[in-house]
Amino acid sequence: MFLQGFGNTLLISLFAVLIGVIIGLLVGIVRVYHNQTGGWKILDGICRAYVSVIRGTPMILQLMIWYYLIFASLDRDYVLFVAILGFGLNSGAYVSEIIRGGIQSIDVGQSEAGRSLGLSQVQTMRFIILPQAIKNSLPALGNEFIVLLKETSVAGTITVIDMTQAANLVRANTYDAFFPLIAVALVYWVLVTGLSALLKRAERRMAKSDRS
Amino acid sequence: MIEVKNLEKTFGDNHVLRGITEHIEQGEKIAIIGPSGSGKSTFLRCLNLLEQPTGGEIWFDGMNITDPKCSIDKVRQKMGMVFQHFNLFPHLTILENITLAPVKLKLMSKEEADKKAYALLERIGMKEKADTYPAMLSGGQKQRIAIIRALAMNPEVMLFDEPTSALDPEMVGEVLDLIRELADEGMTMVIVTHEMGFAKEVATRVMFVDEGIIKEQNTPQAFFDNPQNPRLKEFLSKVL
Repeated sequence: MFLQGFGNTLLISLFAVLIGVIIGLLVGIVRVYHNQTGGWKILDGICRAYVSVIRGTPMILQLMIWYYLIFASLDRDYVLFVAILGFGLNSGAYVSEIIRGGIQSIDVGQSEAGRSLGLSQVQTMRFIILPQAIKNSLPALGNEFIVLLKETSVAGTITVIDMTQAANLVRANTYDAFFPLIAVALVYWVLVTGLSALLKRAERRMAKSDRS
Repeated sequence: MIEVKNLEKTFGDNHVLRGITEHIEQGEKIAIIGPSGSGKSTFLRCLNLLEQPTGGEIWFDGMNITDPKCSIDKVRQKMGMVFQHFNLFPHLTILENITLAPVKLKLMSKEEADKKAYALLERIGMKEKADTYPAMLSGGQKQRIAIIRALAMNPEVMLFDEPTSALDPEMVGEVLDLIRELADEGMTMVIVTHEMGFAKEVATRVMFVDEGIIKEQNTPQAFFDNPQNPRLKEFLSKVL
């Protein structure tokens, strides 16, 4: 049961981070593009509404809405998929704001230099702005990944057996609260610590151009 | 080569360029001087559409580049630009800074671009810096890299926007020397500058931009020795 919970927590976290980063990048770019050029008005409106709704409502409620309303007719076997989608869409809103801040922190001269060399707007974004923006955003992104990993502990609400839910079931069946709760808390801590170490390494690698 | 017709630019209520008509021939070296806020940098930045003109036309090599149908990215490949603050890409090595555009735009293979970059680095005596990052260079070195980054595209004209204004005094010389070399090789160039001595020595024509128009222009000799416009006389008396 613990192993299944552990697997599900990892599975949800991993795929939700992936979805979150992809959505976050897209939404972040749309919003910056609109801010800078005034174009893509409708798309920007949709993105703003998305961010506003996601950030304005509790995660656990969003999960319930996905499961009990939007995917109410979906087979129970797909509950893990619903959880991944719910967490991914939630994370995307936060990631998009991080990316937006990262892009806007880059000096406008960088983009002017890229364009003056004949690079298109897309090439300038891809090869010049985004690499620097992501580097600047890495600490905030790392924070978001850690929050997401721990947030998956509410997946039990929609019958997913994640690590926390597993611990709770064991507690109820064995009448022993200490062992399952403390054990699972330890596992979360180890996971987050490992993730932090990975992120620190990525930061260090990207900082190699800063040394002077 | 560059034909400017009644160029105007406004930022909100601020009428920065009030109708500039000008013709720049191949091989000319034009120095633009003027007080700050006169519109001289805006004029330069309009030439490759980093600023979108609000009126008038700009023609380059017989193409109306202010026409929305014109592919501006293609035009910019032929117009090198050097900025006051260098604008090197801090996340890329010096070599990558130089080769990024030619390679990504598929103008050269990676090998060709590297070869060209090394030749340019050799020329300015910075070959050993190829694999370092911009943060490790001095201001003068950064600006010289920015210049050869633009040169790597084989531009037909070079635009310099106050290339030495952000440099420590002892580094101005090395940058001006490089620009002078390019001028001697026949590169067409337009330079916005505060270096009057340099303008006098290198330019074939000097323009005085003030209040959004070209108030006076002449050969450097006549321009500096015998200015006519009262505003120019006043400006020169302050800076010389």
